[in-house]
Amino acid sequence: MTNEALQLLIKDWAPEAEFTEEGSQYLNVLVKPEHLHDLMEILKFNSETSFDYLFCLTGVDWGQALGVVYHLESTQYRHIIVVKSQTEDRENPRLDSVYDIWATAEFHEREVYDFFGIKFNNHPNMKRIFLTDEWDGFPLRKDYVDEINMVIK
Amino acid sequence: METVIANSNFKSEEYFINMGPQHPATHGVLRLLLTIDGEIIKKVEPDLGYIHRSIEKMCERDSYQQIVHLTDRMDYLSANINNEAVCLTVENALQLEIPDRVKVIRTIIGELTRIASHCLWWGVMGMDVGALTTYFYGFRDREMINDIMEETCGARLTMNYNVPGGLMFDIHPNFVKRVKDFVAHFKTKIPEYNRLLTDNIIFQKRTMGVGILTKEDAISYGASGPVGRASGYSCDVRKHHPYSAFDRVSFTECLETEGDTFARYKVRMAELWESLSIIEQLIDNIPEGEHRVATNAVIKLPKGEYYQKVETARGELGVYIISDGVKSPYRMKFRSPGFSNLSLLSHIASGGKIADLVATMATLDLVIPDIDR
Repeated sequence: MTNEALQLLIKDWAPEAEFTEEGSQYLNVLVKPEHLHDLMEILKFNSETSFDYLFCLTGVDWGQALGVVYHLESTQYRHIIVVKSQTEDRENPRLDSVYDIWATAEFHEREVYDFFGIKFNNHPNMKRIFLTDEWDGFPLRKDYVDEINMVIK
Repeated sequence: METVIANSNFKSEEYFINMGPQHPATHGVLRLLLTIDGEIIKKVEPDLGYIHRSIEKMCERDSYQQIVHLTDRMDYLSANINNEAVCLTVENALQLEIPDRVKVIRTIIGELTRIASHCLWWGVMGMDVGALTTYFYGFRDREMINDIMEETCGARLTMNYNVPGGLMFDIHPNFVKRVKDFVAHFKTKIPEYNRLLTDNIIFQKRTMGVGILTKEDAISYGASGPVGRASGYSCDVRKHHPYSAFDRVSFTECLETEGDTFARYKVRMAELWESLSIIEQLIDNIPEGEHRVATNAVIKLPKGEYYQKVETARGELGVYIISDGVKSPYRMKFRSPGFSNLSLLSHIASGGKIADLVATMATLDLVIPDIDR
């Protein structure tokens, strides 16, 4: 499916979604956290889109907002879409988990929690995956400071 | 035997056991928390991070040339392919026209890397299930590739042969001859591998019907590489999103349908032949030309987002760069194949025996620095 056709479909499903193709080889969709899970479910289970393969899940600190970037591909049609969602709450950021849609998200969301502190609602095992439980702070945030272990150039 | 247990009043109880972080079958510092009942595994929970170096955070500080050097510390058995992935992302972002010579050499080196990785995997796989001989056979043949790499770029494991814009040096004058010698040599060795391990009835009994992964689960868990293909899931990045010179060679994507440990084994063995075939198609036709195009000393990627996937020996490696136009990426993410492949371990090992877990883990071909990054 072409990006234009995808865009039309998604506008139908999530009217408030913002689109951009600028500076990216894929179609980018930005959705509000409250619509994220619903949209993801449609994207996977609708027979026209059938995005059954979540191949990358990235946490990003955009400065003001914290968010997640989902790279989705359909193994049937081989089209790709990038879905983004973000929250401005840096104290207690929360997004909905998509692990019930793609099982791979379980580990990837734990990684995002570990490094960005974004908690995922309904996640079965929301705890750190790489760092120890008593680790202070979330290292991949831009405002993270560790004077001992980080070499700043 | 079973009736005796069924009729007795023995009560079974679940308990924890630690496997690793220094267990030989975990291939590095991976700790598995096993919940078991007798010898039946109920749950496998990996405990990660023993060698996490936060490569993604370091990338936010480094220049793109430096980042290439960090990537071969992830999956060190696919070092060249990792390097290539970063270089391709940077080159695509800069819209650099890469000479054909570079593309062909990168493809040959990539396939040599894949063979070397599979040789090591095959040797270690045999050792995991109790056949020590395979280890020496695998290492003997891998050594020839390491020698070729050493002559080409001076390094045997972490090559750093790729740079943004091409290759660090041109190939050595002996390269073509040595690669051809290796291909001829290795063609006589794969049948030997099969006689030694594949056809071994004990090995087959250990692996057939063990650790079954269905196609739907493979996709849902984001499995890639031989792990996905053994479940009948066509996921070869070289086919679906060709890069370098993979669009000009003909090869078959090795697929199996059983999804068990033996199927994953067979896929890798078949891939050895395909890699040899790819090398043979290219080795006599390396185009003349430059081995590198000039880039600025300080590379700044235009503002935007870039994604590149490549097929390493373990599966799909994704490089995701968010650039805000300065010399270092704003955010860099490596989607490593091992991390996703590990996430399905609990799913396919539950219900089996501890010995089956070892065989299953061997065919997931985990490289821990690739998972921990």
